[in-house]
Amino acid sequence: MGTVVIDVMLKSEILDPQGQAVAGALPRLGFTQFTDVRQGKRFELAVDGEVTEEVLAAAREAAEKLLSNPVIEDVVRVAELTDETAGQPA
Amino acid sequence: MRIGVVTFPGSLDDHDATRAIRVAGGEPVALWHGDADLRGVDAVVLPGGFSYGDYLRCGAIARFAPVMDVLVPAAKGGLPVLGICNGFQVLCESHLLPGALIRNDHRKFVCRDQVLRVENTATAWTSDFEQGQEITIVLKNGEGGFVADQRTLDELEGEGRVAFRYVVRDGDGLNGRNPNGSYRDIAGVTNERGNVVGLMPHPEHCVEPGYGPSLDGLPFFTSVLTSVVNA
Repeated sequence: MGTVVIDVMLKSEILDPQGQAVAGALPRLGFTQFTDVRQGKRFELAVDGEVTEEVLAAAREAAEKLLSNPVIEDVVRVAELTDETAGQPA
Repeated sequence: MRIGVVTFPGSLDDHDATRAIRVAGGEPVALWHGDADLRGVDAVVLPGGFSYGDYLRCGAIARFAPVMDVLVPAAKGGLPVLGICNGFQVLCESHLLPGALIRNDHRKFVCRDQVLRVENTATAWTSDFEQGQEITIVLKNGEGGFVADQRTLDELEGEGRVAFRYVVRDGDGLNGRNPNGSYRDIAGVTNERGNVVGLMPHPEHCVEPGYGPSLDGLPFFTSVLTSVVNA
């Protein structure tokens, strides 16, 4: 069983009120080195079999059609979820 | 004159929209999100609320409801459609109207009586207003900031497709800013043809004496009766 990971971010020219709220809270916790925060969305789509080229193509289409709004957001990643793409433990 | 009101899971103001249509002299017709059927109506209102819990993005899931499969082509063919608040968000997600609505810039829910200026009286839903008329209707939203890229905004202005603008005045409690961070104070827009109109404030709450700050919502619903007769 495979999983496709999709990351969606607000376009840079669109105001991100949620990111700003987070950015405002960080200094209060002592994290003063971060100058800006942008908050995005991550989707994980599971499939029964392998993550094939066809599966990735369908995921890209779903990302453009439903998971993002091209007026305000960019799909920044569509990839098979592996140990590498999942990110290493901190 | 039969005017449909669509109910999605999470719609909130469908009953007030229904009532406003009746008060204006039209015959309201209930439409269901799961039915790909407009029941032969002459116009459609997409009401306010929180369709599908505002999950993913406001209006993003409602946009793919079966009723939208028939509404989108009908709107492109000239059927008058009014989107109020969540209905406006659905119209933007459907790409029947340009731009998008994002979280208010001040990050708080806003609920107030709001002054708007009518910028375009040539649409199906605004013909009973005077050009430049100032109206006061209810505004209540958490994600009502109208955004679009500069080119789209310039196009909208150039083509007179800004239907309503927030009026910002000293002493109105807004500190010189519009109530939700909308670019260029845009409260509502129309498509090129003028049959599809969307706005964040709620005209359907302002149609009867004793409820709401005015009766300024009524002309929306009387306008469409005239426009359908003349069509």
